[in-house]
Amino acid sequence: MIKTQNLTKNYQGLLAVDNLSFSAEPGEVLGFLGPNGAGKTTTMRMIAGFVAPTSGSASICGHDVATEPLAAKTVLGYLPEGAPTYGEMTVAGFLDFIANLRALTGENRKSRLDYVIGRLQLEPVLQQTIDTLSKGFKRRVGLAQAIVHDPKVLILDEPTDGLDPMQKHEVRTLIGEIAREKTIVISTHILEEVDAVCTRAIIIAHGRLVADDTPSGLKSRAPSGRLEDVFRSVAA
Amino acid sequence: MKPVGIITRRELASYFATPVAYVFIIIFLVFTGLCTFYLGGLFERRQADLLPLFKFLPWMYLFLVPAVSMRLWAEEHKTGSIELLLTQPITTWQAVLGKFFAAWIFVGIALALTFPTWITVNYLGDPDNGAAFAGYVGAFIMAGAFLAVGSCMSALTNNQVIAFVLAFVTCALATLAGYSLVTDWSRAFFGGIASWSFWGEGLRAGIQSLGNLLTDGIAGLSFLTHFENIMKGVLDLRDILYFALVIIFFLLASTVLLDARKSK
Repeated sequence: MIKTQNLTKNYQGLLAVDNLSFSAEPGEVLGFLGPNGAGKTTTMRMIAGFVAPTSGSASICGHDVATEPLAAKTVLGYLPEGAPTYGEMTVAGFLDFIANLRALTGENRKSRLDYVIGRLQLEPVLQQTIDTLSKGFKRRVGLAQAIVHDPKVLILDEPTDGLDPMQKHEVRTLIGEIAREKTIVISTHILEEVDAVCTRAIIIAHGRLVADDTPSGLKSRAPSGRLEDVFRSVAA
Repeated sequence: MKPVGIITRRELASYFATPVAYVFIIIFLVFTGLCTFYLGGLFERRQADLLPLFKFLPWMYLFLVPAVSMRLWAEEHKTGSIELLLTQPITTWQAVLGKFFAAWIFVGIALALTFPTWITVNYLGDPDNGAAFAGYVGAFIMAGAFLAVGSCMSALTNNQVIAFVLAFVTCALATLAGYSLVTDWSRAFFGGIASWSFWGEGLRAGIQSLGNLLTDGIAGLSFLTHFENIMKGVLDLRDILYFALVIIFFLLASTVLLDARKSK
């Protein structure tokens, strides 16, 4: 599970995240919505331990990110914004590197690697360097990296960005498949995605939490019943 | 400490995945060759030792080692891969060490490839191979000091050119501080001050010795001073300790700088 308490980030006078408290339980797929610049990426970076909060705290499976970073990072799978990788490596070499860092060994290592490669359809590009891949493949390599160690908690920053409709569908199916016993947070600005995969959604604007509800609960807030209208009215 | 080895291996492989490694090694070998045989006059000296090779190494390092170290962190920040790396279950210190060792091994490979000079000397004469070995060990350790400084400068910025210039300037200061031009000038400077007529006789001697102390202190901090013994084949524990401390200090500084960027 994920828990944040009064999480705040102040970038030299610019309040990116303002007193954000929320939690997500196993089995939940939490959609993280908000206009560009609302603080989604900063929040995810703070939970992943890449950015230190100005105040407040975040914990993953009970491990405080600031005081037990290794324990927290071990149970976390994280897809950073833009899915950065090492471009000069081959896909196979890169996944091997991550599997090493995640200390995967023996039969489990082989089956996990086979699973992510198969599930994200990476076989045809295994020996290609990542720099030469299309945006969709790069994103899927980033996703493979995030789930290869079968983490209890997944944080995915715009996992379907740059994918074509078929690939988007594939990734959503994958998230639905692994969601049962995991805690998943995905950020997106594609509202249809919330309907497709999320069990709950929170909307943030100017770093503050403005809505926290199920997708259907959110929709009922607007007379039109459309998520887009709710989003526009609360995020303004 | 297993993650250190994993990161070192990945980094080292990535050096050779691009032409950068080959370009670096070739340029390093061409320049050391030129210096050894022309400037150093390996043949004309009629002495079977590697002094002409080692003598120019600090100056060679000055230009080439920052070219290796500049990408260490600046590139990771630029491409965003640092976010991927530091959210893996590793500590910043392990990442710093892993990347440093890879760069160090890489420069070590370039250094080892100067072995034809050693063969030449052995073919032509009867050198003290123990001294040659000690020189190589010292040259390798000194490369580590240059790299550690470079790692620290690369952790400061996203820009590889800035990382190069900062590393070059810092290493140049550290090298030049022991160069005879600087130490002679410094001694003359303090001697000049001491010779002013309004000092009393006792004070003059005091200023003179204080000046000498300062000059020796500055020179004592220099890469060059500590390498000069080593290249003659004298592996003094104090010189090795000096380079080890420089390496540890600048790697710790890299770690602190990287962690500080998280809370910027």
